[in-house]
Amino acid sequence: MLPDLLFFMFASVLLLGGVGVVAARNPMYCVLCLILSFLNAAGLFMLLGAEFLSLLIIMVYVGAIAVMFLFVVMTVDIDFAVLKEGFASYLPVGLLMALVLALELGAAAWAGLFTGFSSTASLPVDTSVTNIEAIGMVLFTNYILPFQGAALILLIAMVGAIVLAHRTRDGVKRQDITKQLQRGRKEGLVMTSPKSGAGVGKPHWQPNKVEK
Amino acid sequence: MFVNVTLTHFLTLSALLMVLGVVGIVLNRKNVIVILMCLELMLLAVNINFVAFSSFMNDIGGQIFTFFILTVAAAEIAIGLAILTLFFRNRGSVAVDSADLMKG
Repeated sequence: MLPDLLFFMFASVLLLGGVGVVAARNPMYCVLCLILSFLNAAGLFMLLGAEFLSLLIIMVYVGAIAVMFLFVVMTVDIDFAVLKEGFASYLPVGLLMALVLALELGAAAWAGLFTGFSSTASLPVDTSVTNIEAIGMVLFTNYILPFQGAALILLIAMVGAIVLAHRTRDGVKRQDITKQLQRGRKEGLVMTSPKSGAGVGKPHWQPNKVEK
Repeated sequence: MFVNVTLTHFLTLSALLMVLGVVGIVLNRKNVIVILMCLELMLLAVNINFVAFSSFMNDIGGQIFTFFILTVAAAEIAIGLAILTLFFRNRGSVAVDSADLMKG
């Protein structure tokens, strides 16, 4: 009975978080509601026995994606209230679309589109090993090429994001290795003989000025 | 394990979440950030479907596909937010309507 109870708890909070994402005024609250949804989805996955994915959802979605969203929402300096204008005028269209989509899904379910699957599993779960072991045994054998493709996608995304968001600003001192290596004794070293007892309050010497 | 909860419950939940995502895109059609978040919601609905089927049909394939969806979602958001910051830097806005440079 407890898993059922937990399902309804997780599902209701998940949907509540979804409503929060759609309806919240401030994008900051949208992101926080999104995090709430993801955490509850992780709970659902745990109930379903997909422990690895449950923790992966928390790590990837909450740890990376939501933080990235938060970062962008905080960086972008605009009046979000202006963007929220027209929310009420779009409401009828949105509700109509929701109704149509829900009717379609309901009709498909009623027509028996989602039942009567063949119960033969192509990749049956090996119950003698843990969830992560079972995933690993399939992922690194049957799905090795898609796995490599996923790695490639992540690499391209990383390079693309850096290339897109990188910019060179004026007034930022950057390392110039050629310039550093060309620095000689003349610019870098001054031989001086400070007077004994004069202290170091006054500088006795100035660095050599080098004509550029 | 579950007593009364069946696959249908999970499919209904995921359908509701998907509808919520679509409605969110329509309602917040000015704000690109919220649109991206609604896309995440829809991907989450798909993930719930995959994992529920995987669990109820004893097939590990669904979890593998969820893994790949997760990868693609992370990549998509990284690129999307990079484009968004670039767009904001150039136009000073994240409104969908301000992306009209190509309009004649």
